[in-house]
Amino acid sequence: MNTGMVLLDPTAELAPVRRQRLPRPEGLAGRCVGLLDISKARGDVFLDEIEARLTAEGVTVRRYQKPTFARVAPVALVQQISAECQVVIEALAD
Amino acid sequence: MEIPADGFIVVCKRECDTCEMVAPVLRDIIGNGIPLTVCSQDDPAFPDGLPGVVDDTALAHSFRLAIEAVPTLIRMQNGVETARAVGWDRVEWQALTGIEGLGQDLPPTRPGCGSRSVEPGLAEELAVRYGGVHLAARRIETPLHEDDIETCFANGWTDGLPVVPPTEVRVVRMLTGTRRSPDEVVSIIPPNQAACTVEKVAINAVMAGCKPEYLPIVIAAVEAACLDAFCLHGLLATTYFSGPVIIVNGPMARAVGMNSGVNAFGQGNRANATIGRALQLVVRNVGGGRPGEIDRATLGTPGKYTFCFAEDETGSPWESLAAERGFAQGASTVTLFAGSGVQPIFDQHSRDPESLARTYAACLRTVAHPKIPLAADAFLVVSPEHGRVFRQAGWTKARLRQRLDELLQIPGADLVRGAHGMAEGVPESLAHTTLPKFRPGGLDIVHAGGTAGMFSAIISGWVASGAKGSQSVTKEIGQ
Repeated sequence: MNTGMVLLDPTAELAPVRRQRLPRPEGLAGRCVGLLDISKARGDVFLDEIEARLTAEGVTVRRYQKPTFARVAPVALVQQISAECQVVIEALAD
Repeated sequence: MEIPADGFIVVCKRECDTCEMVAPVLRDIIGNGIPLTVCSQDDPAFPDGLPGVVDDTALAHSFRLAIEAVPTLIRMQNGVETARAVGWDRVEWQALTGIEGLGQDLPPTRPGCGSRSVEPGLAEELAVRYGGVHLAARRIETPLHEDDIETCFANGWTDGLPVVPPTEVRVVRMLTGTRRSPDEVVSIIPPNQAACTVEKVAINAVMAGCKPEYLPIVIAAVEAACLDAFCLHGLLATTYFSGPVIIVNGPMARAVGMNSGVNAFGQGNRANATIGRALQLVVRNVGGGRPGEIDRATLGTPGKYTFCFAEDETGSPWESLAAERGFAQGASTVTLFAGSGVQPIFDQHSRDPESLARTYAACLRTVAHPKIPLAADAFLVVSPEHGRVFRQAGWTKARLRQRLDELLQIPGADLVRGAHGMAEGVPESLAHTTLPKFRPGGLDIVHAGGTAGMFSAIISGWVASGAKGSQSVTKEIGQ
């Protein structure tokens, strides 16, 4: 661990420093959407609504839950979601 | 504190016996009314009882004054150094200060001690800290509490293995391995056609784990890879297995401890492993050649992490690859080959060169496909126990190559599509011709390997060879 080490960029510096997001999906057809409840209050209410809407549109949905919002997701859960889904919607706030 | 524009400066340290010895002399100089600034590298209370000693434990003055040994006495006039005495030399110090009888009680001469500012590992830190070097690369700060090795992964800079984080100090240290300027452009690297400077090569060499002394070899490898004949862009983009293989010849290979013997293609030697890896990281990071993007290899090869070895010249029955290609004895070279992998040749029974040549030819025939001629080039790597067979029989490399050329003339009837029940092959129109397995110049022979084992190896090439693809290229290693 360190507290902000300075590194020299080994690339041709053609891309911005900030890490690039993965490309956004063009649509949800044929993709499985994971709905991740991080165990914060009423996250399930929000995700129930999302699930109902997506299901109505014919999108495949799977539900997941973190044991606690206070810690990062267990590795097994991350691996399961990444194996089963192409898109994840996370309910973050109360 | 500023170094005065006029007067004298002495740089010293307590742990140096010569500095201890000249302490009374320093008092005498000041006592004579001569302006003297004393910089102490390790203890501002040294020399004892002398007022106004400059604390140079941070070594800023020592670095800027380029002190190599202490004590060093410097005369400044109008902000310019006009004279310097290193160590104690009575006559010199007297002449410099103009004080007759200075240090009369001391021995006439006594060498000084090494300056703290040139201690191994410290010089590069000082160069970064005090602006002795200018590096142009963009600075990227690792997020707070993130492991810096993880930052390198997250930025997409690695080949899948951890890299050494390229800090300024490490890069400055790496650059000591070359005389070339950091901002000098080495090559334009495909696919992004980006200008690759010496500094960028050094950054990637740090990440690969190179020692500074390897840097000239890495630079030469980058130069060679970017020669038009090598066709790096196509090599990157191909669905075929190949990637750059580096073969190093000459005294530099031995000087940096490269392996040309036991397990020459394998793991365990830092120079072999990291020089090959550094080239791949340059291609990835500067060129932008990333697998799954421009690199479309169907299966690839483990050699795309690193594939670099030296030719065993001292044990070889033949002239080296570099000599064959016209380089002077004593020159060090890198040869780049678009290699696809190692194909073993097992022959424990041949004791005459004709039999062994036939074994080689039979195995070489299968490169890429036994029915595909004139496609992939190959390097035949002859090991010491096989090399002995040719040496004892007096076969030159040219004779072996000629015999292989003869043995690898293949009747078209055996090569046409459908022959031997295999659809792959050459067009039916070539059925009545005879075709060589390799294009002229497409088969090279080098010597490497451990002294036990009657095995040799084929490094098969990319199926796009010669003018329509990649040709192996050789470049002399500079400084």
